[in-house]
Amino acid sequence: MSLAAAETAEIALDTLGEDQAPKGEVWRRLRRNPAFIVGTVLIAVFVLVAIFAPLLAPYSPTDRQWFDEIRPGFVPGPRSGNLLGVDQQGQDELSRIIYGARYSLLIGIVSTALGASVGILIGTLAGAFGGWVDGLLMRLMDVMLAIPGLLFAIGLAALLGRSLKSVMIAIAVVNIPLFARLLRSSMLAQRESDYVLASTSVGVRRWRIVVQHILPNSLSPVIVQGTLALATAIIDAAGLAFLGLGSADPSIPEWGRMLADTQRSLASAPQLAFFPGLAIVFSVLGFYLVGDALREALDPKLRR
Amino acid sequence: MTLLPRDPVNLLSVRDLEVVFTRRGRRPVRAVDGVSFDVRAGQTLGLVGESGCGKSVTSLAILGLLPKRGVQVSGSVVLEGRELLGLPQDELRDMRGRDIAMIFQDPLSSLNPVLTIGRQITEVLERHFGTSPRDARTEAARLLDMVGIPGAARRLDDYPHQFSGGMRQRVMIASALACKPKLLIADEPTTALDVTIQAQILELLKALVVDSQAALIMITHDLGVVAGLCEKVHVMYAGRIVESADRRELFGSPRHPYTAGLLASVPRLDQERGTPLRPIAGSPRDTIPWVDGCAFSPRCPNRIDLCLGAPPALAPIAAEVAPSSHELRCVNPVPAPVAAVVTSRRRPPVRLASGTRATRATKPVKQAARKRAKP
Amino acid sequence: MLKFVVRRLLLLVPILLGVSLLVFFWVRALPGGPEAALLGERSTPERIEEVRKSYGLDRPVIVQYGSYMKRVASLEFGDSIATRRPVTTEIKERFPATVELALAAMLLAIGLGIPLGFIAAKRYQGWFDQISIGGSLLGISIPVFFLAFILKYVFAVKLGWLPSVGRQDPIIDAAHPTKFYVLDGLVTGNFAAMWDAIKHLILPAVALGTIPLAIIARITRAAVLEVVNEDYVRTAEAKGMSAAVVDRRHVLKNAMLPVSTVIGLQTGLLLSGAVLTETVFAWGGMGSFLATAVFDRDFPVLQGGILFLAIVFVLVNLVVDVSYGFLDPRIRVS
Repeated sequence: MSLAAAETAEIALDTLGEDQAPKGEVWRRLRRNPAFIVGTVLIAVFVLVAIFAPLLAPYSPTDRQWFDEIRPGFVPGPRSGNLLGVDQQGQDELSRIIYGARYSLLIGIVSTALGASVGILIGTLAGAFGGWVDGLLMRLMDVMLAIPGLLFAIGLAALLGRSLKSVMIAIAVVNIPLFARLLRSSMLAQRESDYVLASTSVGVRRWRIVVQHILPNSLSPVIVQGTLALATAIIDAAGLAFLGLGSADPSIPEWGRMLADTQRSLASAPQLAFFPGLAIVFSVLGFYLVGDALREALDPKLRR
Repeated sequence: MTLLPRDPVNLLSVRDLEVVFTRRGRRPVRAVDGVSFDVRAGQTLGLVGESGCGKSVTSLAILGLLPKRGVQVSGSVVLEGRELLGLPQDELRDMRGRDIAMIFQDPLSSLNPVLTIGRQITEVLERHFGTSPRDARTEAARLLDMVGIPGAARRLDDYPHQFSGGMRQRVMIASALACKPKLLIADEPTTALDVTIQAQILELLKALVVDSQAALIMITHDLGVVAGLCEKVHVMYAGRIVESADRRELFGSPRHPYTAGLLASVPRLDQERGTPLRPIAGSPRDTIPWVDGCAFSPRCPNRIDLCLGAPPALAPIAAEVAPSSHELRCVNPVPAPVAAVVTSRRRPPVRLASGTRATRATKPVKQAARKRAKP
Repeated sequence: MLKFVVRRLLLLVPILLGVSLLVFFWVRALPGGPEAALLGERSTPERIEEVRKSYGLDRPVIVQYGSYMKRVASLEFGDSIATRRPVTTEIKERFPATVELALAAMLLAIGLGIPLGFIAAKRYQGWFDQISIGGSLLGISIPVFFLAFILKYVFAVKLGWLPSVGRQDPIIDAAHPTKFYVLDGLVTGNFAAMWDAIKHLILPAVALGTIPLAIIARITRAAVLEVVNEDYVRTAEAKGMSAAVVDRRHVLKNAMLPVSTVIGLQTGLLLSGAVLTETVFAWGGMGSFLATAVFDRDFPVLQGGILFLAIVFVLVNLVVDVSYGFLDPRIRVS
């Protein structure tokens, strides 16, 4: 996958600590961080474009009204009617980019949420029960992590057939071990902490401690990891589409797919590759900036 | 490099040292607020105070080890006629380790975990004297032996994590003394060690310092350490020296309420069981800036109106009450406990810090002394 | 240290078993069943029956797994549906290409990443630092295939400075004893071929290596920043050691510990990235081979390829783990 699995987890684990930075302090640090501001703007633009696509796009993404203008070696470039030009199927590029945001956002959110939920559940169970449960679950996670991310996704997508759904599931599954490991580390770290020992000695039931105390304390690394996972999900979805594993429908304006299609017409219409590529870069950059800023803000170890 | 006329007496002279830490969006912190003292060759000096009083920062400022950003250092630090503050980096580096050496509090974190301890000693020798690697090794083994590490030669190739806490501190001492510096600064060298090891390390330091005739500045919060080791003691509070005296004088007749408070807070074997402990009221955070008066006044049992408004100056105590080398920064000091200390030489000095129940024999004398000593 | 190595080796076994199990069940779960997987979607009923017999597909699962493991152990992955050659042969021919690319990318990432991260840390919050932070964030935001595409377009198509596809100019007559084209040129004394191979290697290596470079630079920067604040660095300064020595012997030596861990972790990234990069540059390594296999639904190749790469991945991780143990005296000694 685009970002080494354990690196994101280690980044996120930075924010774990008994004495968490207080909320007001966190917000203050974020506000002063230019990276956070830029990132939030980028994300906001991305999300708004995705939501308001029908209002923003000048044409329908599948409208091929300019198909007749295409000749071998020539595709209409940016001009007054089509701000970003026309693609090889005669569709308006700008509209496709705008609608493409919807697919990227959808894939990103769904796969991350899915992967995170399952991963958190597994990690919490492993950390809470320990013993053979922990051993078994973590071995399973190790096996999943033993296969490099993209290869795993390729295998899964090949199994599930070419569709948007299989891409989402594939990315979700690859995220599971990352979140599982994160939660488990969080649980293990907190199991030994004073307040847990104090609570158990007073007789508070285990699940209560887990739900009411440990899980909320694990929130910081989960948020950071979630942001980073979203970013990588968008990139990886594009990568899978590039390999032909996305939806089988060629008219769907998914950015990765659009990039793949331009490979063939590299000489005649290179600009068709830049736009979807740039769109991916800016959306992903936004999430990385925010994730990074969050990690620094939530880090209980104050640096200079 | 300004060469001031060589001070015949003092090895190191610190004058009006100030260290201010500035941080974005916060008030500047005056960690060291006008500190002056001298160290003679071969002298053992103690710098005592609570955490945060500025004693460690003082030592770091002397060696030029404070970060450049966000720190302002002013004043004067003169070593054998050379002004150290403002010296260019390469000259500072020549001086460090060779003329002044420092050992730190936590020997585990203060040693490089990926280098053998032999290397950490030989590198100092190679750096300052250009010693050949082989000769440096031999010397390193000798140094380890000197600090009491058994099987020294074999242990040269071991790593810090293979040593115990006390051993590591010995290694630190060995590397500090490798170049036979004229001044050794020890910053809380025993705080991180077990009590039993503490005594050993202090004994070692004492012996080595005497042997090598190096001067020693011992920085600590622990009065016990100072009592056994230092000829002269400076007590620091909130970045300034509040009392200075020779050892016997300080322990025998502490005048500053803070010093007296520190001494009184130590539980003693000759007190009756059940005697309540007597801590100093408040916490180090309850201070006012020195510009506004005496920083200790919020916690001081001797506080009077004169304590607020202007900072008291550090001045020698009147000669007839105490030796003039005893200096004090207080407008309403604790009375000299016993004229008996000064006048009666037959009786061993009784440590009568304020508040301790006096024995009957000395009571009347104490009354007389109180009447005589004026604020 | 020995205990450390042995423990890692023991952990290896269940993981490899798990991976093989995973792949085994994957094949059987494929649409059309394992027969279709092995033969392709269009094949005669006779061939299907043949395969069923020879692979024992009508036997109980355990037996099947047993024979599957035997086949894996003897590196028998079947034949590629597309090329009709044994998958093992294809792997043998193409894997060196991927390794060559991955090594070049890694060299770039380490050779540039560590110095960049170090300098950024030394000039904390200076302009160099800000730019490198921004640059590395940008670096990880660019999809590998997009970067590959841009590089190809700018340097190969537009500027024509470097070749756009393949590993070697077909005009050059070169022998390939080792299958590592650059090495081959060196070994056979054919410097024209070697130089040509290098030219072909540059763009793909830059594309593949950029993300690891960005990551390594970031981690180096973070590690150096942490180490610089450590007590033992202060001790070194207090001893009067020169700035260069402090940087090298005290700061870098310690900072390299977490950095080397990260370097090891990049392997997975390199393998995934190779699949995408090789496709753009028609590199002819395992990556592009797998990519085409996905398109062609060439399941024997997918099965063999994924299994092979997974094993390589696990082994490389093991080597990295062990070398880390070697680098850190706290683990190496006692």
